[in-house]
Amino acid sequence: MSHKVLIVDDEPNIVTSLTFLMKKSGFETSVARDGDEALAEVERFGPDLVLLDVMMPKRDGFEVCQTLRAAGQTQLKIILLTAKGREMEMAKGLAIGADAYITKPFSTRDLVDLVNRMLTGQ
Amino acid sequence: MFETWIVVVTAVAYLGLLFVIAYYGDRRADRGRSVISNGYVYALSMAVYATSWTFYGSVGRAASTGIGFLPIYLGPTIMAALWWLVLRKIIRISRRNRITSLADFVSSRYGKSNLLGGLVTVVAVVGIVPYIALQLKAISITFSILRGDPELVTAAVTARVPVLQDTALYAALLLAAFTIVFGTRHLDASERHEGMVAAIAFESLVKLMAFLVVGFYVTFVLFDGFGDVFGQAAARADMAHLFTQGDGYGSWLWLVVLSMLAVLLLPRQWQVGVVENVDERHLKKAMWLFPLYLLLINVFVLPIAIAGLLTFGDGANADAFVLTLPLAAQQPGVALVVFVGGLSAATGMVIVETIALSTMVSNSLVVPMLLRRRETLTSRLDLGRLILGVRRVTIVVVLLLGFVYFRLAGDGLALVSIGLISFAAVAQFAPAVLGGLFWKGATRRGAIGGLMAGFVLWAYTLPLPNLAEDGWLPASFVQDGPFGVSLLAPYALFGLDGLDHISHSMTWSMLANVGIFVGLSLTGSRSPAEHVQAAEFVDVFRRPGDRAPGTFWRGTATVGELQSLLERFVGPDRARESLTSYAVRTGIDIADGSEADADLVHHVETLLGGAVGSASARFMVASVVDEDPLAVTEVMDILDETSQVLAYSRALEHKSRELEAATERLQEANARLQELDRLKDDFVSTMSHELRTPLTSIRSFSEILLDNPDLDVEQRQGFMGTIVAEAERLTRLINQVLDLSKLESGSTDWHLEPIDLRHVLGTSAQATAQLFRDKDVALDLDLPERVPTVEADRDRVVQVVVNLLSNAVKFSDPGVGRVSVGLEAGDGVVRVDVSDNGPGIALEDQQVIFEKFRQGGDTRRNRPKGTGLGLSISREIVGHLGGRLWVESTPGEGSTFSFTLPMATVGGDAVGAETEG
Repeated sequence: MSHKVLIVDDEPNIVTSLTFLMKKSGFETSVARDGDEALAEVERFGPDLVLLDVMMPKRDGFEVCQTLRAAGQTQLKIILLTAKGREMEMAKGLAIGADAYITKPFSTRDLVDLVNRMLTGQ
Repeated sequence: MFETWIVVVTAVAYLGLLFVIAYYGDRRADRGRSVISNGYVYALSMAVYATSWTFYGSVGRAASTGIGFLPIYLGPTIMAALWWLVLRKIIRISRRNRITSLADFVSSRYGKSNLLGGLVTVVAVVGIVPYIALQLKAISITFSILRGDPELVTAAVTARVPVLQDTALYAALLLAAFTIVFGTRHLDASERHEGMVAAIAFESLVKLMAFLVVGFYVTFVLFDGFGDVFGQAAARADMAHLFTQGDGYGSWLWLVVLSMLAVLLLPRQWQVGVVENVDERHLKKAMWLFPLYLLLINVFVLPIAIAGLLTFGDGANADAFVLTLPLAAQQPGVALVVFVGGLSAATGMVIVETIALSTMVSNSLVVPMLLRRRETLTSRLDLGRLILGVRRVTIVVVLLLGFVYFRLAGDGLALVSIGLISFAAVAQFAPAVLGGLFWKGATRRGAIGGLMAGFVLWAYTLPLPNLAEDGWLPASFVQDGPFGVSLLAPYALFGLDGLDHISHSMTWSMLANVGIFVGLSLTGSRSPAEHVQAAEFVDVFRRPGDRAPGTFWRGTATVGELQSLLERFVGPDRARESLTSYAVRTGIDIADGSEADADLVHHVETLLGGAVGSASARFMVASVVDEDPLAVTEVMDILDETSQVLAYSRALEHKSRELEAATERLQEANARLQELDRLKDDFVSTMSHELRTPLTSIRSFSEILLDNPDLDVEQRQGFMGTIVAEAERLTRLINQVLDLSKLESGSTDWHLEPIDLRHVLGTSAQATAQLFRDKDVALDLDLPERVPTVEADRDRVVQVVVNLLSNAVKFSDPGVGRVSVGLEAGDGVVRVDVSDNGPGIALEDQQVIFEKFRQGGDTRRNRPKGTGLGLSISREIVGHLGGRLWVESTPGEGSTFSFTLPMATVGGDAVGAETEG
């Protein structure tokens, strides 16, 4: 059974590229455009990993991450994606329970490797 | 008219009511709930200024001189404006030094001089006697008129009656008894009489109401209003002089000055204004209320005077018009109201005046004389009771003196003329009081010399010839001068002729008074005590709240000695209570045998000063303590030191205020910098996000293309298209950021020229036509035939309109979207409207959208493509061109973005259709 990856971003082009990359790696994907959708989609789709953009309308990535962790989603892997590459935000992201933090623009190879490592433990 | 008993019962009942009010006021004060502690009561009590003189005499004066009654009220009105400067200072000084009378004030100012205090007291008593006589005369005349003596209605002169049948005598005795019960029930260190003030304030209301009632009755019932009264007067040639200023301006000036001084220096004004003042801040209210009171009580004076003259003719007693008019019209009710009002005016004056005088006589005259004799101090006499006794006797004596003056000289003179004699007497205090208040160089010798000279000249030029005219001195004394020396004629002293009596007397007495006061002060030297007191008075506002009075005292005394001294004046209980509370406050030891320090000695002295006056208190304290007198040089040294310390501390305060201000400015600047820094941080952070987002897509798709050479063509084309689009987006963003930065920094080049907005709109519509076609949105251009030109940069305005049009199309729904462009001129500007029927903008977003990188709309479904800088740039451009850009929108019904541009300067022709190229 293939792993499920939820892609959360409000930028359509980035969603397209991430979906392409995840599918190519053999994962099942789903998409959410903002924080509220993300929470609903986790519930419905039941992903193993979330690629979560930080800067989004309504609930931002930090809040979604926090809400998920508080709701008992401890096994779910969360990778935060952000276009604001500041140390402080990185620290904040990890502090509220994200498993990894990736700054845009990112190397697609590194991202795919990271996701693979996290899901398969390789 | 009235039975005697009705009038008597009315008068006694009214006095009884006053007593109840006073009693209630005292009870409330004892329980610490003052009824008089507010500005209104204070202002009303100040209106004790208005006596029978005002109530009856003003009409009399107006009947003979027309508007000549006015200066007596103009002076106080002017003075009220100066109260904040003068009266507040006097109040502050009196409070700090526990000064309880005018005499005590003057004595205290000039080194606590017994002689000066006594002199002021004598002048005050002698000077006020005619004034008391005036009140008695008013009561007596009105009483007789009410009883219906027919000849009084027309005759200006009262018939002589035997002393024992004279109403005035009984009025005097009744008032004396009443005042004694009122004002000398017990000895209080502060000399304050809350109950009395409450009663006086009530009396002021009563007399004002009564006068307004009769004024209204005469003007509107007997006559047909002001117009009727003045119209009838205007028809009479013999009344023309009532409406012009005929006395000469010198006389007016003196009357204004006199009444200015009187409202400050009359003992009763001092009593209610200074001694009974509860809080300095009440002055603020009194400063406008008191003049208002005077205005109200004078409104009907002229109408009543004219009505009286029209009704009774010239020969009548004009002072009684207020009463005789309603009587003649068979209105006894109104007449009785008038009588009560007049009684209010008279009793208010008499009560306060005699209480003030009795304090002065006991504290500044009798006690100092008693203290001269050593045995007074050593005997175990109850001085407190003695002082009360002295006061009661004083009250009776002053009233009887008033009666005697009334019998001797009161008949021939109008009320106002008698009152002015008293005004001129108290005016003699002005140099010593006002000089002492503002001039440190004023000396005791100057004050004594000036006051004596002024008093003697006053007596010689006013009351003395007044008595002579009534036959108590040979008539030749007035006409030819004493012993035929015409230079000494009392109404034309040293040949000064042609002035009225008051101006004449004031000219000479004030010349002598001020001249000697200043002359002696400048030439003489001052004692140490005078130095100390001068500084204490003149600089009172610069003193700290708690002064260290002991600085100027050196000596030894025991607490026991001081306590026994105090006991004899305020009673053992109060003495102990006061010392204990002092001990608790300062934490010093007050066991019987312990040594008293300078502060305690001073405390006892001020306490005593409240009861017996400052000079006597000084004397008594000196009798029990073993003092080392300070030499002048030592006092000067201490004063110098004090003033230096004061100067240093003021300089320090100044510096510290400057520092505080500087710190505040720095903090503000810092806050501004921090805010700017935060904005810059936000901007960099936002910029970073805006740049990284397209870069992310570009990199991702490039890597995908690189790593997946086997992608099908369609996908490949799509990815490459995205890369191109995102690269364009990046370019656009960078361009706009640079553009905005140039606009904001002002380094943009502007090509200003008169432009026709119709062309601009046309060009913009063409530029965006493709966008509208692509999205199938309609564009309506509704342009008028001609509009005035505007002075602007064509390309920039096109940029704005294109931005608005692309925004509009971006938010319109395909197929049904409709964007219309309007153009309108008016009010000096030309206005462009771009309306769409899109989703509209929520109210809270209507400002936000003009900020950088902020976009509106529901971004979940269709994130608007754009940089979020378009509207910021447009607003900058329109603002720079002198216009305004704003949005109006109702969510669900579309939005209208509008901007205005000012029309080109006048002369620039409107551009018409025919000039179109």
